[in-house]
Amino acid sequence: MADILVSMQDIDKSFPGVHALKKCRFELRSGEVHALVGENGAGKSTLMKVLTGIYQKDSGKILYKEEEVTISSPRQAREMGISIIHQELNLAQHLTVAQNIFLGREPRKFPRFVLDEREINKKTEKLLEMVHLDVEPSTRVSNLTVAKQQMVEIAKALSFDSEVLIMDEPTAALTESEIEELFKIINNLRNKGVGIIYISHRLEELKQISDRITVMRDGSYVNTVDTKDTTIDEIISMMVGRVIYESSPEIPTDKQEEVVLEVRNLNRGKVIKNVSFKLKKGEILGFAGLMGAGRTEVARAVFGADKLESGEIFINGQKVSIKSPADAVKYGIGYLSEDRKRFGLTLGMDIETNVVMASFKKFLKYLIWVNKKKTSQVASQIVEILKIKTPGIGQKTKNLSGGNQQKVVIGKWLTRDSNILIFDEPTRGIDVGAKSEIYKLLNDLAKQGKSIIMISSELPEILRMSHRIVVMCEGRITGEINANEATQENIMKLATAREA
Amino acid sequence: MKTKFGNLKINSNATQKILAFAGLIVLIIVFSIASPHFLKFSNIKGILLSTAVNGVLAIGVTFVIITGGIDLSVGTGMTLAGVMTGVFITNMKMPVPLGVLLGILTGALIGFINGIGVAKLKLPPFIATLGMMQVTKGLSLVISNAKPIYFYETPNFTKISTDSVINRLIPGFDIPNAVLIMFILALIGGAILTKTIIGRYTFAIGSNEEATRLSGIKVDSWKILIYTITGVFVGIAGVLMSARLNSAQPAIGTGYEMDAISAAVIGGTSLSGGEGTMLGAIIGAFIISVITNGLRILSVPQQWQMVVTGAIVIFAVYADILRRRKA
Repeated sequence: MADILVSMQDIDKSFPGVHALKKCRFELRSGEVHALVGENGAGKSTLMKVLTGIYQKDSGKILYKEEEVTISSPRQAREMGISIIHQELNLAQHLTVAQNIFLGREPRKFPRFVLDEREINKKTEKLLEMVHLDVEPSTRVSNLTVAKQQMVEIAKALSFDSEVLIMDEPTAALTESEIEELFKIINNLRNKGVGIIYISHRLEELKQISDRITVMRDGSYVNTVDTKDTTIDEIISMMVGRVIYESSPEIPTDKQEEVVLEVRNLNRGKVIKNVSFKLKKGEILGFAGLMGAGRTEVARAVFGADKLESGEIFINGQKVSIKSPADAVKYGIGYLSEDRKRFGLTLGMDIETNVVMASFKKFLKYLIWVNKKKTSQVASQIVEILKIKTPGIGQKTKNLSGGNQQKVVIGKWLTRDSNILIFDEPTRGIDVGAKSEIYKLLNDLAKQGKSIIMISSELPEILRMSHRIVVMCEGRITGEINANEATQENIMKLATAREA
Repeated sequence: MKTKFGNLKINSNATQKILAFAGLIVLIIVFSIASPHFLKFSNIKGILLSTAVNGVLAIGVTFVIITGGIDLSVGTGMTLAGVMTGVFITNMKMPVPLGVLLGILTGALIGFINGIGVAKLKLPPFIATLGMMQVTKGLSLVISNAKPIYFYETPNFTKISTDSVINRLIPGFDIPNAVLIMFILALIGGAILTKTIIGRYTFAIGSNEEATRLSGIKVDSWKILIYTITGVFVGIAGVLMSARLNSAQPAIGTGYEMDAISAAVIGGTSLSGGEGTMLGAIIGAFIISVITNGLRILSVPQQWQMVVTGAIVIFAVYADILRRRKA
């Protein structure tokens, strides 16, 4: 029986008007990976914020190494040995890797205010070795991919000699191979006796990496189970307490429909190399590949968001020139970015404005006057059709959950009557229940004759949703597979088919 | 849980305006107790008149601030618009309406160039308009030979600001036209901001420029338009100012941009963009005028008036930060 590192008992926490945590329990042993799961709003983050001193509990007890403690600030938590890696990475983009890791406790030289740049880089090198990250300590963080930045965060946590490491959705931005690397590191840490709290929506991963799983729902503790004694379905039903939409009922694989979008010989520097593909009416075309394979870049290029060096785009057989997103929208293309908070929504504005954002011209009278009656009517319809959970269309989108935000973005393009929809990681950071709703929505859209390009780093998602799958690697298309022939293995093989 | 926070946020948006308005009322009460002269009709008229120009500039600059930009050239841009009005009417003997129109267009042109700089050349708005501030200041002096241009031959011109249409409707209530024009412009500005596509995009750009662009909106063109609109208000302010003084003064204008920006900020317009109202800008402009006027009546030296105004701007922005943190 391993030592119990952390024990949280009967933790209660209320915010004005919300009972966020109701007598929650959580226990972490040393040398275990303990997964914490639940839908968005279940209280996982709040519980972890209590543990890391960001919030103060109203009642309950926290035992750390069997002693009752009060954790009053994040700093104190870190000094005790509890570190958290947030989903939104907290790195200063303009500083180097080493400067980030030692931010706030920089090694000094004589006289005291002179920074010891050599020392800091040397120490960082060792830390980076531990996480197998092959970059120079003096590299600017802004030059690293998200995956590598994640590794930097882990290295930073390690530098505090943390005994408890909380990871919030660490794989959200990683590709399969990077996840494998991350799991190796997690296993390493586990063997050293570090207790790891692992928050994730990707349940397949939990089977692979975790020892125990604690499920939360609506601010309450539901159950803790040993991973080896449970199934994903059991966990899901504990999480949602209801039956969810599982998969697309039928996938017609050999669609003889007309081609609505054709891309020929797209080129942009090293990121897009000679990319050609066709998209048919009513089809979901999956784009698989590792992070940095160039999928997002292709999507942005087709949408006119980035400049192209060469290439031709045909819409319904007509050659078109797309120089800006405005052109693309005119041709009925809608783009749902992987980062909906940055690129998809204007968070400070309400649902209504966001829904009509791409099609304002339809709602004008007297040239510039916005017809408020019509916009609110359409927005209400969208809320109803897409089942967006909100008290009203005047709600600001930043107050919606991830799944509902995604629906607002979908609503925006539906309002614009877009026939070609490009979804870039449509379910990233969305909980299981909402995910299945998004899947259903994608299927419905395809059935209505909309054509969909779906970029996803989650292979199960690609396999389950796509009619055809295009695989990219290092800016090239390395293969195209029909859904009935696709397996995780043959996709991965193409995704790693690097040029010699 | 999120719903509750949502409602709170919507309410607190209104609070900022109420807070500014309450502040204005408190100031008025304090000054009227401190000095018997403060509430005299002639003094109130003075406050209104001195608010008019700054109010119009505040309305204009609110547009660009909501986009997340700034316009430092509104003060000296106003001067140049005034000088050009003088050139057109007095030097070139154009009819007054035409001269006024061209004066306003001068302002629009300044705004248009600012817009090109910001949207097309991708200059930071601070730099683009800082440069324009110096350019317009210099041009005003060059064009006028550093001498005021008077409008003695066109007595109708000064009536734009100083005559009182209200007085004709309600005898004895001789509020100058400049004040009336400011209120009408505030209504128009408010309508543009809340009812039209221009306003919607103004907020959208300030709220999330990239998301707006990816919605297929030509952000660059709209930005140019919005800076141009600011310029139109600058042009109108230039006409009002010259009409009030019955002369185009090439050496004034510096510092007006700070008053205008302060007014917008005191009224709850966020310098990081995405938030702001015209009513707020007008209340802000009045707060500045009331303080200046009140302190003057109490014989506080002008240097100290600046200190007080500055402190209030800092306080207003801090109040805004507090409000955000809560929500």
